[in-house]
Amino acid sequence: MSIWEYANPKKFMETSALALPWLTGLSAALLGTGLFWGYFLTPDAAKFGSTVKIIYLHVPAAMMAISAWMMMLVASLIWLIRRHHVSALAAKAAAPIGLTFTLIGLVTGAIWGQPMWGTWWAWDPRLTSFLILTLFYFGYIALWQAIEDPDTAADLTAVLCIVGSVFAFLSRYAVLFWNQGLHQGASLSMDKQENVSDVYWFPLLVCIAGFVLLFVTLVLLRTRTEIRARRMAALLARERLA
Amino acid sequence: MRALLLRDLRLAFRAGGGFGLSLAFFLMVAVIVPLGVGPAPATLALIAAGVLWVGALLAALLSLDRIFALDYEDGSLDLLATSPLPLGGVVAMKALAHWLTTGLPLVAASPILAVLLNLPAQGYFWLLVSLAIGTPALSIIGAFGASLTVGLKRGGLLLGLLVLPLYIPTLIFGAEVVKSGAAGAAIGTPLAALAAITAGAWAGLPLAAATAIRANLR
Repeated sequence: MSIWEYANPKKFMETSALALPWLTGLSAALLGTGLFWGYFLTPDAAKFGSTVKIIYLHVPAAMMAISAWMMMLVASLIWLIRRHHVSALAAKAAAPIGLTFTLIGLVTGAIWGQPMWGTWWAWDPRLTSFLILTLFYFGYIALWQAIEDPDTAADLTAVLCIVGSVFAFLSRYAVLFWNQGLHQGASLSMDKQENVSDVYWFPLLVCIAGFVLLFVTLVLLRTRTEIRARRMAALLARERLA
Repeated sequence: MRALLLRDLRLAFRAGGGFGLSLAFFLMVAVIVPLGVGPAPATLALIAAGVLWVGALLAALLSLDRIFALDYEDGSLDLLATSPLPLGGVVAMKALAHWLTTGLPLVAASPILAVLLNLPAQGYFWLLVSLAIGTPALSIIGAFGASLTVGLKRGGLLLGLLVLPLYIPTLIFGAEVVKSGAAGAAIGTPLAALAAITAGAWAGLPLAAATAIRANLR
């Protein structure tokens, strides 16, 4: 029993079919609880008013936007090293989800920034590096779309993902150098003193757990779709030959 | 490798003017921006560093698809890939040829364009230095982008989408060197970072590009 068993598409399909209903239910329950708790059962913050409640979408989406890219990086490495097709397809499946999370993070941030900072957008390091991350997602997805041969596409996007990670990381530090920030520091950390107060902290944790599970669910679902599409293409090709 | 470099240089000089085009484009950017933002010298001095660096970026981008596309079409890229030369070396030589034919003239022409854009006098030296150090990075990053899109029929737009995000750190540090230099501030950190990006890109990206070319030729 090792994790590499799931590199077998058949095994992957069987296991993910079993896991999907549970994951779907659990992420729906967590997101429902977290958002309801956050929106209706917590008080307005003293300085922020009710605008603080957008944090339950903004922070988890932003975290998952970065985590999704990390997941794509790992999946790309696995594809390049061990040539497991499921891994390449999982990276492909994760990209649009990660892009969506990035856009949610940017849009909710703009909506939050307008009343708080008096502006929809500022060239703040965090905002800028997020925008740059969006560009990397666009490029990655566009490259998948552009190449017809699936294996070549998987190879090239994997290389792009790895090189892109390095440059995205560089950009993150370059923009820190380039402009001072408007965005607050980390809202979450292991150090209790620096956290937002408990009233907001617990529903936020539930929301983050919900977003993580939502991401896993969606990636599994989309990877299954990709595998089925690949099987269909193979069947069609066989039929044409016969 | 030297033969390959000389061949690429000769092709660039002879085959229908690819050589001067990006330089002319750089000139165009420097002429068009003042027409767009107005001729006030103070405004121009403020944006000169950024405009020149963005112009260098776009001029490099314009000529990238030439690096591999012609060799891919007539099959000489297949020959190069199966030759005893390491493919990473081939990529590096082609990027070097690209830099010698587009980057270097651009570095040499930049002070003249800086006059047009009213760059403060202390900035000229740092403009030359930052472009001389930074444009090689543009060439090798661009060669990597070109290696990803070499198999595509209409790769031009996609190439821009892929390469420009990768250019961001180079642009930030490069423009920062000129800006700080023109203001008389310390330029050590951005200059070191710019040099590090160039060195790192030349060390790593030929290999990544070689992987991409192999995938494309398969």
